[in-house]
Amino acid sequence: MSDLLISNARPYGGDAVDLLVRDGVVTEIGRGLDAPDGVEVLDAGGHVLLPGFVDLHTHLREPGGEESEDVATGSAAAALGGYTAVFAMPNTDPVADTAVVVEHVRRRGEEVGLVDVHPVGAVTVGLEGVKMAELGTMARSRAQVRMFSDDGRCVHDPLVMRRALEYASALEVVIAQHAEDHRLTAGAQAHEGVVASRLGLAGWPATAEETIVARDCALAREAGAALHVCHVSSARTIDVLRAAKAAGVRVSAEVTPHHLLLTDAALTSYDPVHKVNPPLRTGADTRAMREALAEGVIDVVATDHAPHAAQYKDTEWAAARPGMLGLQTALSVVVHTMLEPGLLDWRGVARVLSERPAEIAGLPDQGRPIAEGEPANFALVDPDGAWTVRGAKLASRAANTPYEGMRLPATVVATVLRGRITTTQGEVRS
Amino acid sequence: MADDRRGDPAGATPPSRELLSAADVTRTIARIAHQIIEKTAGVEGVVLIGIPTRGTVLAARLAAAIAEFEGSAPPVGSVDPTLYRDDLRRRPARALEDTAVPDTGVDDALVVLVDDVLMSGRTVRAALDALSEHGRPRAVQLAVLVDRGHRELPIRADYVGKNVPTARDEQILVLLSEIDGSDGVRLRRAGADA
Amino acid sequence: MKHLLSVSDLDAAAATGVLDTADRLKQALLGREVRKLPTLRGRTVITMFYEDSTRTRVSFEIAGKWMSADTVNVSAKGSSVSKGESLRDTSLTLSAMGADCVIVRHPASGAAHRLAGWVDRDHATTGTHTSVVNAGDGTHEHPTQALLDAATLRDRLGGIAGRRIGIVGDVLHSRVARSNVLLLATLGADVVLVAPPTLLPTGVEEWPCRVAAELDAELPALDAVMMLRVQAERMHGSFFPSAREYAIGYGLSADRAALLPDHAVVLHPGPMVRGMEIAPSVADSPSAAILAQVSNGVHVRMAVLYHLLAGAPE
Repeated sequence: MSDLLISNARPYGGDAVDLLVRDGVVTEIGRGLDAPDGVEVLDAGGHVLLPGFVDLHTHLREPGGEESEDVATGSAAAALGGYTAVFAMPNTDPVADTAVVVEHVRRRGEEVGLVDVHPVGAVTVGLEGVKMAELGTMARSRAQVRMFSDDGRCVHDPLVMRRALEYASALEVVIAQHAEDHRLTAGAQAHEGVVASRLGLAGWPATAEETIVARDCALAREAGAALHVCHVSSARTIDVLRAAKAAGVRVSAEVTPHHLLLTDAALTSYDPVHKVNPPLRTGADTRAMREALAEGVIDVVATDHAPHAAQYKDTEWAAARPGMLGLQTALSVVVHTMLEPGLLDWRGVARVLSERPAEIAGLPDQGRPIAEGEPANFALVDPDGAWTVRGAKLASRAANTPYEGMRLPATVVATVLRGRITTTQGEVRS
Repeated sequence: MADDRRGDPAGATPPSRELLSAADVTRTIARIAHQIIEKTAGVEGVVLIGIPTRGTVLAARLAAAIAEFEGSAPPVGSVDPTLYRDDLRRRPARALEDTAVPDTGVDDALVVLVDDVLMSGRTVRAALDALSEHGRPRAVQLAVLVDRGHRELPIRADYVGKNVPTARDEQILVLLSEIDGSDGVRLRRAGADA
Repeated sequence: MKHLLSVSDLDAAAATGVLDTADRLKQALLGREVRKLPTLRGRTVITMFYEDSTRTRVSFEIAGKWMSADTVNVSAKGSSVSKGESLRDTSLTLSAMGADCVIVRHPASGAAHRLAGWVDRDHATTGTHTSVVNAGDGTHEHPTQALLDAATLRDRLGGIAGRRIGIVGDVLHSRVARSNVLLLATLGADVVLVAPPTLLPTGVEEWPCRVAAELDAELPALDAVMMLRVQAERMHGSFFPSAREYAIGYGLSADRAALLPDHAVVLHPGPMVRGMEIAPSVADSPSAAILAQVSNGVHVRMAVLYHLLAGAPE
């Protein structure tokens, strides 16, 4: 069943080739390959072939938040966005802080079968930042949890963070930190700056991110542990990361598509579709994010895909939940902000959306080179396929996209998971 | 502004016909002043209330003319009828004008309302309502510089400077030196450029 | 004008227009026994207050009644609001009931903007063109307060353009300060903020005003000084060490008030904390225009209702 011939595809935007897939593995790459009997042909139409994307930061909302998203709708959104693996954050209800919950999420992902759903385990019980969750049990469970995070909240207590890093180092798992000193962000609603001061929204200072990242880099260095920094948003955090990497700290970092593209100027409408944590910052910050991503100080793009049903967004700003959709628009935003200005080529896009995220999370079968003998996980991209974003037409159950009505470049025309076509022409194949 | 269908005369140099010259305006005001003195038997208890903006100017001129003939001027004030109009919702909200009732008040006075042009009568109706909020005059009379017809309410003027038969789409331009730099009354035909 | 959400909805001409209308309305009611104008007869004005504010709500209510509007007061307590109904549903319900105007006070910045967006978007369904007036939203704006302050200053100083006006105290949490800085700058005033750094927002340097640290150095050149309210809850947030130290640095004592020029006006949006923000003798002195602010408030709010509701809907 997972046999496939992909004809006329351009790996990393290079020369057109055909690829033969047998049992989910690429067996032959060449020109003028013929499909063996009974093998489906995917005519790639000369489009760009990339390794399937890996998202280190997704909220699938299941269990407990099914009015906004579930594993099925979230997997569909991911596959349509070119993803073949996603990491599902643990801030569900109940919290994914036990083997039972992470195994449930993993199993739901397998049942749906559109992308590999890797549950992220909570660092602390109930995300409360006090007592370490059973990291080892979750890591050794059927879910094989490779990443732990209290995302949505910061592991704020330095002692708890230190112990978690130390403990994680033996398990060879990574701790992903939502870097926010909540004492500095009490009541915060928007990036602390000119726009927030004018709108009367309490400020989220960039230093609240910078100080936690600096602290955690020091702790990770001491523990010899792998630290991943979620959704970097402030230019000054980049300086901290650069210094830590230069000093040999095992730290990686992600930036979201929205922090590459959007700024707090969007807030003047008070429409909470632009409310997100960390908040949209300034134009100088988005420029710094792009440069850091090109330079490699920021390793990857992760969506922080955060669906919220209308009732959580159609409110006054302060009452709205933070977060925005991202899975189906991530590639387009990366093309728009990185590829088009020449900051990344297609190989670079493959690196930040697929190869590095798989490496950080230790996935052996994702983010691999497009080569014979490698798993057939692909995103096929039409670089000229500009499209207009309509939240209501996205696969997520919620429609809270900040790009509503925006025209963005590049379309994912097909996604292949281990030789099986999961989406073509914007439709999910079940 | 006294009537809906009258254009703004300020700075107008239109293809229009002169109905009253500057000298005519002065003579007409003097005549109305005499009529008021005659009809009110020496302006005892008379208060002149202008309807802004040109009615207020005319009221002041009338008071001055009366003072010339009688030795003392009656109190002068103004009442803006805008808040009492029946057609407010037909147009964007308009600016309000001066309301200034003389310190003597209008209770038991003989109030002469003064306006520049009388047409539908709706402005006068609104002014009567506005006036009644400030007291109970013994009687109210109406003086206008021009009566152009087209009444929509049972209202008539007690003192008329000039009766001018007009078509509905014509405009009467009343110019007063205090506002417009010179005196005069002109008729602008329909379709003339502003 | 469809809504009044922020003073940035008003350019200098529009703001002056509102102030002129307020003056005319005051004139029209002067010395009358019956303070009632028929202008808004048949129009329904709803005040919807999610925060307690007797002063502002009563001022709007009187303004509506004096214009003959039917005024209805909704308070968050005891209505469906306390049963968890969303702001959106509440506002659309009131709009569908035929509210021509909803005057909203809400603790969330931007609440009035959101409300205006909802009633505009759904006016075909509700069947009503509802105007929204922001009567104070979080720490964002309080446009009618700024208008009544401007009316008071214009009265007392003969104008606003070119006058130097100091705003003193908790700028960070003050919607009154935000609206006043914008409106006074629009009207050509030279605005100076004086506050401890902890009570100034990051980004204030981009506002159309100057920031000063020393109150005493500014006072001799001010035409007016506006003392902001220090909310009690701020006193425990380490924004400043103590009420006593605040009063020493930023309170308008009698000695300090003596540094003001003779013609200078003292304003306070109320309610006052006497002693800490302003000395009782200063609050009760002839230079204080605090009660004039209150009475101008009614006329300014009448003017706002007039501009929003009297003419043809836009």
